[in-house]
Amino acid sequence: MSTYLFENDEHRTLRQQVRKFAQARILPNAHEWEEAEEFPLELYAQAAEAEILGIGYPEEVGGGGGDLSHVLVAADEMVLHGKSVGTCVGLGSHGIALPPIVKAGTAEQKERFAKPVLAGRMVSALGITEPGGGSDVASLRTKAVKDGDHYVVNGSKTFITSGCRADFVTCAVRTGGEGHGGISMLIIERDTPGFSVSKKLHKMGWWASDTAELSFEDCRVPVTNLIGQENQGFLIIMQNFVTERLMLAAQCVSIAELAYRETLAYVRERQAFGKKLMGFQVTRHKLADMRTRIAAARALTGECVTRFLRGEPAIGEAAMAKNTATDACMWVCDQAVQLHGGYGYMREYVVERLFRDARLYPIGGGTREIMNEIICKTSGF
Amino acid sequence: MKILVPVKRVADPDNANKVKVSGDGTKVTSDGLEWKMNPFDEWSLEAALRLTENGSSKDRVGEVVLVSIGPKDAVQTIRQGLAMGAERGILVESDDDSLDSHVVAQVIAAIAAEEKPDVIFFGKQSADGDSNVAGTKLAEMLDWPLVNYAMAISTDDEGKSFTVKRELDVGQQTLKVQSPCVFTSSDRILQPESVKNGVTPADFAYPESEGGRYASLKGIMKAKKKPVDEKSLADLGVEAKRVNEYVKFDLPPARSGSTTFVESVEELVQKLHSDAKVL
Ligand SMILES: Cc1cc2nc3c(=O)[nH]c(=O)nc-3n(C[C@H](O)[C@H](O)[C@H](O)COP(=O)(O)OP(=O)(O)OC[C@H]3O[C@@H](n4cnc5c(N)ncnc54)[C@H](O)[C@@H]3O)c2cc1C
Repeated sequence: MSTYLFENDEHRTLRQQVRKFAQARILPNAHEWEEAEEFPLELYAQAAEAEILGIGYPEEVGGGGGDLSHVLVAADEMVLHGKSVGTCVGLGSHGIALPPIVKAGTAEQKERFAKPVLAGRMVSALGITEPGGGSDVASLRTKAVKDGDHYVVNGSKTFITSGCRADFVTCAVRTGGEGHGGISMLIIERDTPGFSVSKKLHKMGWWASDTAELSFEDCRVPVTNLIGQENQGFLIIMQNFVTERLMLAAQCVSIAELAYRETLAYVRERQAFGKKLMGFQVTRHKLADMRTRIAAARALTGECVTRFLRGEPAIGEAAMAKNTATDACMWVCDQAVQLHGGYGYMREYVVERLFRDARLYPIGGGTREIMNEIICKTSGF
Repeated sequence: MKILVPVKRVADPDNANKVKVSGDGTKVTSDGLEWKMNPFDEWSLEAALRLTENGSSKDRVGEVVLVSIGPKDAVQTIRQGLAMGAERGILVESDDDSLDSHVVAQVIAAIAAEEKPDVIFFGKQSADGDSNVAGTKLAEMLDWPLVNYAMAISTDDEGKSFTVKRELDVGQQTLKVQSPCVFTSSDRILQPESVKNGVTPADFAYPESEGGRYASLKGIMKAKKKPVDEKSLADLGVEAKRVNEYVKFDLPPARSGSTTFVESVEELVQKLHSDAKVL
């Protein structure tokens, strides 16, 4: 039960290919890159060459075809065999930055932004959250005022994954009045005068992935960088959240699975009271619970992805999957640390890092509480 | 140019600890194993693909035919090769236990008679059996020239003849062979400029790599539509009669898992001598 029920031979072959890449390019550097809080930019080009970046994107934007199910499977192998969650999420930030352009952008935008990203020549980020608030997206304050054929943008964004190195940010801005009806999506390029990275943020986990605070001071952004219609951005954001949350749920499944595997190997070696830790029933029961929770999270995530791909409504479902998977992941990583004893608290051990990485998931991409709000709404409460 | 590449599925070396020996010790059981293309076959497949494409435009200019001998499942290994770019496959059905290098060489010889390839590109050995003889035996049966452990190959006449470099302990050897011929490869064949086919621009370099190329998702999807012929040993007139009899398999001794800490180099040397008995 360490694969999704939706998988076929295609997914199985894809797994082998991505595993090969993760083992060759990420695994040997995982610890070093996490400690350095950065992975080398060349990795984008290498991942593009291995045709990993384009998975899930249509061929006309330089993608490799496939759908969300392939994205999930590829991401699973990256985490399980690269063993650096920070690297994987940094490398994958286009997973949230590109879909708005691919789904609602113009042909020119796809050519100028989507293609170079999938070819590993540009880095992209998604900018929604602001220092003043992340959960209440409809109240965002970064302003874009039209001036001839440009928007003049003022404001700031924070907690932006890959923000320090992004060549452009797919950004939510206010072009109209209050509330969700006044929001637009704008592509803001790094070399725009007035755009700056005000801070590289230091975090609890996800170290190898950079996270930035960005500021915009009278940034003149051409109107040709508007994605879709003016003031119609909120819908694009909400659609994007569905796939983001399913991807985050899947990352939780992968992280939990990795923590479980690391622990399994450890308890088979480590001795206490004259026998292997595996020799204690308490240990075996813990492992049984870990496996069970991972299986449940994987099953729900897989089901929601399948429903989403069939075209069924998935907003509430994605929120359920995310909460289930984040809970499972945090719990499993906690058990993993516990079974490692003191070593589990040490930075050299993968589970120590996974425990810290896991804590992000009930916050990023919409908090656990906001997920429940969404589940309430879609349930008609 | 037409190249036949035999590909074998082997137990994933990363999961080698799952390999079990049957109760009577005469065979390796394959239940629950994860399979992978024999890495040495993958090197040869990569070389074959480079010989039959324009590396720069990725246009195919020749044909690579994969052959795998094994149970129905082995078609997965063929599909992987097809996803990497090979044109078609042939699955010769057989259970793993009835094979040895001799039977394999006979099967490939029978297929060569039908397919008439310019080159048969074997892996130098398989990662599980390590026998190192199938390619050599085949060349002998066909009476074709054989170049083992090729580290660089070039042709400028579409595969009618090849200049091949081999790596030896004492240096390098360069040979010229006429097709049809049999090759096996060394890992140096994966180096960026090891394969030249007169079609790929002379200054083109492949990316550094430790194995064959990655199969893209596009390639994986296309592979499902590529033809794979299924044949039986009888179709090929081959009798599954091994010349080797497997008498006994032993797993490596289990690791003790205990760690001893020492205070000094002297103590280490003494323990290596008295306890570990390796000095
Ligand atoms: C490592 C990391 C990477 C990130 N990457 C990105 C990125 O790439 N792009 C991006 O745009 N954002 C990103 N984020 C931001 C993330 O999406 C937000 O942190 C998240 O949406 C929460 O917003 P907030 O931090 O402002 O918390 P707040 O909205 O201030 O929430 C604080 C607390 O109040 C609770 N709360 C808020 N409203 C309600 C309510 N109505 N009912 C009950 N409880 C409520 C929340 O659940 C939370 O517990 C990232 C965050 C992190 C930590």
